[in-house]
Parts: sequence; C-alpha cells; structure tokens
Amino acid sequence: MNQREKEEYLREYAILKTQGKPFWPYAVAKDSAMACVVMAVIIAMSLVLGAELGPKANPTTTTYVPRPEWYFFFLFEVLRVIKPPSLVPLATIGVPTLCMILLFLLPFYDRGPERRPERRPIATATGIAVIAAMAFLTYQGANAGSPTTIEMSTPSTVTHTGGSSLAEYEAGKKVVAQSGCLACHKIGENGNSGPGPDLSHVGARLYRQAIARTLVNPTAPMPSFKNLPPQKFTAIVNFLSQLK
Amino acid sequence: MPKLPKLPAPPLPAALQEAPPRPSEGKGPSGPLEDAKQAGITVVDWVDERTSLSGATRWLLFRKVPKGTNWFYTLGSATMFAFLSQAVTGVFLAMYYRPDPAGGAYESIRYVTNDVFLGQFVRGMHKWGSSVMVILVFLHMGRTFFFGAYKYPRELNWVIGVVLLILTMVMSFTGYLLPFDQRAYWATIVGVNINGTGPLIGPYLSDFLRGGSEFGATTLSRFYAIHMLLVPGLLAALIGAHLYLVAKLGTSAPPWQKVEKRSELREAEV
Repeated sequence: MNQREKEEYLREYAILKTQGKPFWPYAVAKDSAMACVVMAVIIAMSLVLGAELGPKANPTTTTYVPRPEWYFFFLFEVLRVIKPPSLVPLATIGVPTLCMILLFLLPFYDRGPERRPERRPIATATGIAVIAAMAFLTYQGANAGSPTTIEMSTPSTVTHTGGSSLAEYEAGKKVVAQSGCLACHKIGENGNSGPGPDLSHVGARLYRQAIARTLVNPTAPMPSFKNLPPQKFTAIVNFLSQLK
Repeated sequence: MPKLPKLPAPPLPAALQEAPPRPSEGKGPSGPLEDAKQAGITVVDWVDERTSLSGATRWLLFRKVPKGTNWFYTLGSATMFAFLSQAVTGVFLAMYYRPDPAGGAYESIRYVTNDVFLGQFVRGMHKWGSSVMVILVFLHMGRTFFFGAYKYPRELNWVIGVVLLILTMVMSFTGYLLPFDQRAYWATIVGVNINGTGPLIGPYLSDFLRGGSEFGATTLSRFYAIHMLLVPGLLAALIGAHLYLVAKLGTSAPPWQKVEKRSELREAEV
C-alpha cells in the first residue's frame, strides 16, 4: 500500500465509522448473545461428554498409545507422513516453524490494498487450501489408531527351531503389540507406516545389541523403553531380532 | 374603587432569599430512589475526580462500530469469553490440584472427578472449554484472514493475535499432562521429544520443559507453573493489548461495505 492508498483507506473507513452504530449497546448486545451461546456449548459438552480420567501414569507400562489432544492431530500426522529419519526434524519443527513465521509475517508480505476475498485469489485460495489440508490431516490422524495385536505368519527359521525360540518369539510379539510400537512402526501388515521406520525386517539390518541400544536410547520422538521390566525388554529384543 | 397597582416587595437580604434549586435536585421526585441515584453519582464523581476514568470508558464504549459489521465480528469476543471461562474453572480446579507426580496429582484429579460437588462438571467445562477456545481462535483468525482485516493499519494486531494463538496451543499442551493419567503422560513424553528434535534450541527447550534430561518429579511442577502462572499472565496482558488496538484503530469494516456518500457531501464536492 502506498501513501495514497493508505489515506484513501483511512478516509473511507472514517466515513463508514461515522455511519455506524455505537459499540454500546449494539455490538455489546451481539457479543453477549454470542457469549451465552459459547457458555451453553461448553456446559452442554461438559454434561454430555464428561471428563474421563484414565488409569494412572505408569512409566513401566507396556500398554499405551500416545495420543495428543485432537487439535494436535494434524501435527502428529505430518510426522507420520514424512518418513526418512533425516527429514524428521524438518517435519516436526521445520514445517511448523516455517508455517508460524509465514503466519507472523503475513501483513508484511501481503501489502496489497485489496481486502475483498474474491479479488485476492491467491490469498483466498491459499487460505482454503491450508484449512482443507489441516482438516484432512486431522481426519487422518484421528483415524490412525494403533492395533494391539500383530497378525503375521511366524518365520520358518523360528518354527523349525521350535521350543524355547518359538515361545520367546510369541512372548515378544505380544509385548511389542501391547507397547504401542505399532502407533509409529509397521511390522508386516500391522501398524502405521511412520513416523518410525518399517520394522518388518529389522533383524536383518541390526544386531540384537543395536536393537537393545536403540530401545534404551532412541531417536526422538520415540520414548525410551529402559524402564520396562527386564523380561519384557528381552522379549521385545528377541522378537525384533528374529524379524528377517 | 379603582384597583391600585401593587408595589413591588421590598428587596430581601440575600441570606433570607430562597435559594434556587440545585441543578441535580431538579423538580423530580425525591425519595429513596432519588437518594440512591445521588449517592451513585457522588461515588462515581469521587472516583472520576481522582482517576479520570470516565473519559477512557466513554472512549471505549461509545466509539462507533462501522456499518455492516455482522455476527462474524463476535468471534473475537467469544474467544475472550472462552478464555475467561477457562480462567474461572481453572481457579476452582487449582484449589484441589497437587502437582506431585509421586502421589497427589492423579489422586487429586480423581478426587475432583469423583467426590467434589460438581467437580466432574467443572473439570469437564475446563477440558472441553479448551477445545472450544481453540476452535474459536481459529475461526476468529479465519475471519480476519479472509476479510483482509490484518492489512494497514492493523498489522501489529495480527502479530499479537498470532502470539495469542501460540500461547493458546502452549496452554493446551501443558494442560494435557496435569491429570497425570496414562494418556497424558505418554502424549507429553512424545510431545517433549518432538520439541527436542527442533533446530538449535530444540534440545535445550525439551531439557527446560522436563527440568533435566529425564522426565522426573520437577517436570510436572514445571508444566503446572507454566500452565497456570506464566502463560495465563501473558495471555491476559496480550489480550489487553489486542483489545486496546481494536478500540484505538476501530473494528474493521467488512471488505465489500460500500461508502454511501450523503447528498450534502456530494454537493459540497461539486
């Protein structure tokens, strides 16, 4: 906006303002009506949906699915979509930081005098696209649960050996399924593909010790599993190292 | 007998003359109602003489809102109302909450939910009020964006608004941990770890949030302090600044509102 456009805007706005109505009581009445609606909605949601309280937090648990509040689902989903580990920092902080900077600086790079949405096609289209993308990602994030069972055929090497090896495998499969790994990892046809890497053949890529080390000291955002009871931890390592 | 003209009454000394009624007394009814009104006026005058607040109040309340403003323009005040509701319900929850992860946080929330009179209702209002507030913040921002209301001269108000949006998200993130149930704990661990992957300040930020490199006893009290002291104070102060700028610059008019030039103005132009 140049000086002429600024002055023109201020002049037109001054005229519109003199033709308007005073804030009290006209705008206040509308605002109060809206406040009553907001209050009614909050009270209705509280009465209908209540406030559930889950079981107490337990750092040694193996049955949890980390779920953020629903309005962070879109962020969660961005994490899931961008898979390569080198790009994870970009997805978690890079993209949101960039969006925030763009949002902050909006009035400084969009300096045109036009205000009508239909005459600002780029801004309006971008706005609608962002809303649609966030709605889509939220929907995806809301539906991406994590299964608590793993259904896959036992590898032939394990079935051949049989005995204790098979028992270890089955125990580990159960712990892995209950530990929420599938919220971020894919194992065979189970779980979500991302943000974590596919674990279907992790045993071929990493030794037992490497798997154990990763579980104790993982790459963020994965939580550490070092507080697990030792036998459960061993079961996980046994199971994963047999996935070849 | 012819009527003689009356002589004027002799002038009375000022002390004996009847005083004209004071403007405030008038001829109106005098009674308890009138007395109460007078008392009110006296009190307001007393305060105003010492603060000069009446000018600011008049400036705030009797400023004109441009023609054509519609229901979309109530979203901002609705957001503020949701914030006030969160503040009030939050104070009541804070009366019972103990930020002690070892034994207290979860139990105090369970006590509020199960035993306190209307406890579950108030906690429900706080829990769902946060969702309502986030939705209203986004709707208010959408209105501002599509109506081009962030343009000259309201750029600074947009920037303050974005800070308010971020602070609202921080409130929701820190508040999520406080009930200290499984869902809260694990979602927060992952959330803090996500912060840790950020460039440069990421690891320091997650260390600051956890109060160390491990999720420990200080983490919960840190989240508690951020959730109910730091961020609410910032939010309230910035809402004040946001409102001041709205009153100062005026509510923006809808972008398609045409200026109707009145006939006398047109004549003056010719």
